[in-house]
Amino acid sequence: MHARIISLLGALLLLVACSSPPPEAPPAGPPGGPGGAGGIGSRNIVPGSQQDLEASAGDRIFFAFDRSDISPEAREILARQADWLRRYPNVTVTIEGHCDERGTREYNLALGERRAQAAKNVLVAAGIPAARISTISYGKERPAVVGSTEEAYAQNRRAVTVVN
Amino acid sequence: MKKNGFILAGALIAALATLLHAGAPARAELRIDITRGKIEPVPIAIPALAGSAANETQAGQDLAGVVSADLERSGLFRPLDPRSFIQNVSVADVQPRFGDWRQINAQALVTGTVKTQGDGRLRVEFRLWDVFAEQQLSGYGYTTTQQNWRRIAHIIADEIYKRITGEEGYFDTRIVYVSESGPPDKRVKRLALMDQDGANNRYLTDGRTLVLTPRFSPTAQEITYLSYAKGSPRVYLFNIDTGQQEIVGDFPGMTFAPRFSPDGNRVVLSRAENGVSNLFSLDLRTRRPTRLTDSQAIDTSPSFAPDGSKIVFNSDRGGSQQLYIMSADGGEARRISFGSGKYGTPVWSPRGDLIAFTKIEGGSFFIGVMRPDGSGERLLTRDFLVEGPTWAPNGRVLMYFRQSPSDSRGHGGSPRLYSIDLTGSNQREVTTPMDASDPAWSPLLR
Repeated sequence: MHARIISLLGALLLLVACSSPPPEAPPAGPPGGPGGAGGIGSRNIVPGSQQDLEASAGDRIFFAFDRSDISPEAREILARQADWLRRYPNVTVTIEGHCDERGTREYNLALGERRAQAAKNVLVAAGIPAARISTISYGKERPAVVGSTEEAYAQNRRAVTVVN
Repeated sequence: MKKNGFILAGALIAALATLLHAGAPARAELRIDITRGKIEPVPIAIPALAGSAANETQAGQDLAGVVSADLERSGLFRPLDPRSFIQNVSVADVQPRFGDWRQINAQALVTGTVKTQGDGRLRVEFRLWDVFAEQQLSGYGYTTTQQNWRRIAHIIADEIYKRITGEEGYFDTRIVYVSESGPPDKRVKRLALMDQDGANNRYLTDGRTLVLTPRFSPTAQEITYLSYAKGSPRVYLFNIDTGQQEIVGDFPGMTFAPRFSPDGNRVVLSRAENGVSNLFSLDLRTRRPTRLTDSQAIDTSPSFAPDGSKIVFNSDRGGSQQLYIMSADGGEARRISFGSGKYGTPVWSPRGDLIAFTKIEGGSFFIGVMRPDGSGERLLTRDFLVEGPTWAPNGRVLMYFRQSPSDSRGHGGSPRLYSIDLTGSNQREVTTPMDASDPAWSPLLR
């Protein structure tokens, strides 16, 4: 019951997401086109691809400093990722765990793994077979946003789902 | 030449030593107590070692230059400007004219000779003198290949350091580190190896795969490190002589944070699986891992006590990242850090008396030391980011990396290597060709 509400919510958010693409989305075609199931159409997104995942569900979730618990916002994104993964049963993914630069290198490798694993656990609980999801940690080695600011750190404390 | 206790060592770089002091002086001899906080550096004169042929004269100058630079960087010596020297020491001089050196206030003097042998190898002899006591403090001879001359200079600097401070030196050592280049979000990282003074820098890996946290084996012949070579992070060994790389931590989950045991037979490392990281000891002969911790936390950055009996590591099992000590076989761990903030990357001093660490508190990073029972915490340096201390083999100097904040275009943020005395003084950059992080200091090479 609860899961259904979340997936409905996910579908709603999906439409919202399609009408206002995130700034990271590639500028392919005019925005606001018919997203449909995975943004086929004017945006030329291949179904089941990384771009499709980004547009349909969002490819990343964010964490608080030195934390790996899943926020309500992150849970919604993961629910949409689970829906999307159900739609493309042949797709396998790797979840990359990342940290900001404000920790020691080895601890951050462990923390990145913990974040990736936390995201994986949500997908598995939503019914995605664990065998379809691998994890890898990059610690503080691969920031998404460059700069020593709180805004950059917030973007860098993340788990990114990557289509293999 | 055998007068004054000169022992002519014939081995490759071996120095066999006996010092014959005929009649110890009544007065207090030239000596620095380096355990004191603020030290007035000893004025020392290091003229070019004398030679006859042109190549010998050149080598004599080069040797004196490297010895001077080593001693100067230690902060304990003040090499005097050669332009102030009155006596021009030549091959024929057996005894210095002490009056000439007293006049320029040199307390210590180094003299020596360089000869090319029939087989083409270099024969280097040096003597260390106490100028005011008019007495020889030390004297050795070394024979080596011409290419090896820098090591002779470092060995001489170590002997001078040892004779005057009473502590082992650390100049005949190497640093393995991670050389960094490229934009901050796509950093290219390579293993690099250099002499302690930055000379002979060379790269061990080509930068195609991400590598982190190299550490020396006790013989300094092998390096254990983390590599993403096969896509997922694993612990590797690198043999410096053969260039061979091999995976050693190839069991399920990520393996990382490796360090050799003091006997070189084991590597202790972290293994992350299902969101928890635990410590394992890996027998390098059987390649079998033994579990050391079984927590639902992050246990990482393990480091052996120099006698191999204990391991210090950091864990967030108590809610935040703190330092713990346990037996090298695992079992009960005891928390030793109780100050405010978080503690990581503990490294046991080669002398066993202290543990160096990285501390994070109030938005700053610190390098500090504490005793193994957790008492006597002392912070040596503070910055936006300082991390990863490594000990000089004599336990008197630490090296670490320091990184400034970066802006949104990736400017700034360049990590560089620094060294600092245990007293917290004499902080200096260790120059590297490119950005550098994760330094590890080798044991003495002899």
